[in-house]
Amino acid sequence: MTRIAVVVFPGSNCEYDAAAAVEQLGASAELVFHSATSLGDVDGVILPGGFAHGDYLRPGALARFSPVMAAVTDFAARGGAVLGICNGFQVLTEAGLLPGALQKNRGLTFLCQPTTLVVVSTRSVLTRAASVGAELVVPINHFSGAYTCDDATYDSLVAHDQIVLRYRDNPNGSRDDIAGVSNVAGNVVGLMPHPERAMSTLLGSADGRVLLESFVGLGVAAR
Amino acid sequence: MLSREPNPLELALYGVMWSEHCSYKSSRLHLRRLPSKAPHVLVGPGEGAGVIDAGDGIGVAIRIESHNHPSAIEPYQGAATGVGGILRDVFSMGARPLAVMDPLFFGELDDARNRWLVEGVVSGISGYGNSVGVPTIGGELTFDQCYSANPLVNVLAVGALPTNRLALAVASGVGNFAVLLGSSTGRDGIGGVSVLASAGFAGDDGAASLDDAKRPSVQVGDPYEEKRLIEACLELLDLELVVGIQDLGGAGLICATCETAAKGGVGMDVDVTAVPQREVGMAPFEVMTSESQERMLAIVTPENFDAVKAVCDKWEIRANVVGHVVEPTTMPDGSTVGMLRVRHGFDGEVLAEVPASSLADDAPLYDRPRSRPADLDAVWADDPTFDEPAGDPAADLLGLVVDPAWVYRQYDSQLFLNTVVGPGRDAALLRLAGPGLPASQRGFAVSTDSNPRWCALDPRVGTALTVAEGVANLACVGASAKAVVNCLNFGNPEHPEVMWQLSESVDGMAEACDGLSLPVIGGNVSLYNESGGRDIDPTPVVGLLGVVESLVAPPPGWDWREGDTVVLVGHREAAGETPFPLAGSRWATRRGRRGGRLAGFDASRLVSTFDFVTGEIAAVCAGEPRDVTAVHDVSGGGLAVALAEMAAVSGLGVTVARLAGLGELFAEFPGRFVLATSDAEAFMGRAVNAGVPVTMLGAVGGDSLHLGGLVSVAIADISRQRARSLEEALELL
Repeated sequence: MTRIAVVVFPGSNCEYDAAAAVEQLGASAELVFHSATSLGDVDGVILPGGFAHGDYLRPGALARFSPVMAAVTDFAARGGAVLGICNGFQVLTEAGLLPGALQKNRGLTFLCQPTTLVVVSTRSVLTRAASVGAELVVPINHFSGAYTCDDATYDSLVAHDQIVLRYRDNPNGSRDDIAGVSNVAGNVVGLMPHPERAMSTLLGSADGRVLLESFVGLGVAAR
Repeated sequence: MLSREPNPLELALYGVMWSEHCSYKSSRLHLRRLPSKAPHVLVGPGEGAGVIDAGDGIGVAIRIESHNHPSAIEPYQGAATGVGGILRDVFSMGARPLAVMDPLFFGELDDARNRWLVEGVVSGISGYGNSVGVPTIGGELTFDQCYSANPLVNVLAVGALPTNRLALAVASGVGNFAVLLGSSTGRDGIGGVSVLASAGFAGDDGAASLDDAKRPSVQVGDPYEEKRLIEACLELLDLELVVGIQDLGGAGLICATCETAAKGGVGMDVDVTAVPQREVGMAPFEVMTSESQERMLAIVTPENFDAVKAVCDKWEIRANVVGHVVEPTTMPDGSTVGMLRVRHGFDGEVLAEVPASSLADDAPLYDRPRSRPADLDAVWADDPTFDEPAGDPAADLLGLVVDPAWVYRQYDSQLFLNTVVGPGRDAALLRLAGPGLPASQRGFAVSTDSNPRWCALDPRVGTALTVAEGVANLACVGASAKAVVNCLNFGNPEHPEVMWQLSESVDGMAEACDGLSLPVIGGNVSLYNESGGRDIDPTPVVGLLGVVESLVAPPPGWDWREGDTVVLVGHREAAGETPFPLAGSRWATRRGRRGGRLAGFDASRLVSTFDFVTGEIAAVCAGEPRDVTAVHDVSGGGLAVALAEMAAVSGLGVTVARLAGLGELFAEFPGRFVLATSDAEAFMGRAVNAGVPVTMLGAVGGDSLHLGGLVSVAIADISRQRARSLEEALELL
């Protein structure tokens, strides 16, 4: 069985949701507290949404110093699959595991609403089972979700096919409609939308399944 | 009571504990008339939250409160700490908070200060609620001149717990420790319950003379501290490490210590020097009455204290022994009294010594004078139903459609993967699931309702109709109503007219709850909502909690489909002499008409309709095949607005051939539902079998709404107006 570690920082709040989504797909999930120095024997790591350490100073700015982040960084360097959702994406950019940064939404308000995502690349661990061009309805839930980076970083993202997902109708002012990016190798991915909130038509959409199936499938070949 | 003069500290303790806010001294007499019992009620009024047995071993806790006066002075922190306070009430029962709702009332938006209050309050709820990790699933938004200097910010919270984890705020076991958990204690919020909540505002010119000196009485919130406090407290309860637990809210430490001691019939020694203080040189009365946020008081046995400390260390929250549970004192007459002693060091000087129950339970009980307003007959006589010119009904309709999405987009409404129907619909519907709960296929539904326009005309009937409106909202998501909570927002109780309104309103609520078989399991009273001597309109807010037995599919929404038949379910005409009363309607208010007589309240006309609609929608939720494709309750703005909202959401029009004139378009009285069905014959058959009145309205199709030859309006115009009106009024577009 695929084993996924879900990291819990004080102030995280989507850890149970991420674990439930992973378990719904037949994988097992273990909550790993931020003070841990090892992730244990796992196949993948999710940094969930929330407000790690209260988001004080800046989202993700303090979480990168949590003891567990050394283990996450080491796991990523060994090619392990790492997924940052929302606040987890912010933590990964602050920790330098993903390029760019997330700044406040264009309208300077928090936004909780459905968005339509377009799959841009299937090289990443999050999209390997999806199809380029597929449209997925997945909600966002953030105040600081506008992706930003300098021109050189942007050129490099494009050159290395690191833009994973775009918004069809940009809700927050992200550069080039970017909703998610990966590292060059594709094993570390971050996105602002919440695929774990789009796992069931009872709750409005099941389009997040293909993303998390890709992630927990991990080694599974692309369709 | 003391048989001596109290010293200044003791006097200060009585001052806050006997404040209107803490003691309900003006309202207690009346609240006793509300029914509060039902077999499924596990905890009724008087605890942190009411709790019902929702089945499958799960209890649902619900509580509503006001944070009106702090929000008038400092909207962001006022609203934020309102959320924080109500969450502590819920998790102090052992329940994990699962949802928050926010009924909000502001003055008209042509005033810049009111726009500032709206933006501040909404961002305060968003900033605190999102980050503390509890979804905000709905609320209400009402604008009226009477709230201009005194906005109302009510907040309702729902939590769930395994019924065997139910915790109560009781101190027992002599020798046990009273442990203060969470934040340090500062000078913020001193006298919040008395200076702020139990007095009106002075100025008669709104913004200019609002009393800025009250700002230090507003507390400051830290959602990150609260989030860790929630996790730590629920872990302590799961590990059975605490004997009793209570939140620190209004009146701070003195309230928590005297109430837990009084309930346990024990005494308590409190050492003010053991309380971690944020500032140097705090006087004992400041330590005891500070309303610093994010604090809880747990009663712990000495042997468990180390384990408690370990849990708190993990979650990085403070845990300090500030009190000892002691034997009650034997009085000269042989009776025993639990004394609350405030000391400087556990073995040090006694600074105050009073019977705990005298603080908690012995506040004076006022039967304040009541009188029916002298102008009421004149107000009733000025009825727009009979003499207001029709004008342009299409323009009126466009003026009444508002989509509050700008507000609720700012709230996380989806956390915990429970939200089946979120904000913006008749009621919110959530799966009954959460970390640590037994598995269940059930759902719970919540709605908040109020109608100050109705209650200004007739607080008794207006309140009864408001309760019915709440039950109707739950029916739209297939939920059977199980319990009521209320937040009674009224003016100055020293005005006899206000006390009459309060008393009438309580009677109306009792009548409706009796008629609809609903227990009232909690409430809050907010008085002194006035400024410059003008009282607000009576604003009882009713929270309804309902249960859906099987929730495997979402209920129908507002969006009907091409070819559907649209029907009106329920009595077409109102109870009483006037079939379509316009008094108290949004339409009349827009015309500046504030008089007239309301529809009557007759529970016997409502019950079978409510049961029928609930059953139809519950069947859809349970996954049974049904022909019902859309449902919406007829409420604010009447039938015209209900149809316009459904048309706007689905992008498809409807043509209604016959309507009984303007009155039927805009009259407001609960008990009517618009449903769409793909099989009109089958649907009508079921309604007739159930003995429920049903009227064919028309067929879905086209891109316009045509209502009885009175209104023809393009759906594109309705949609544009709905989407823009709030942001336009806030001057954000």
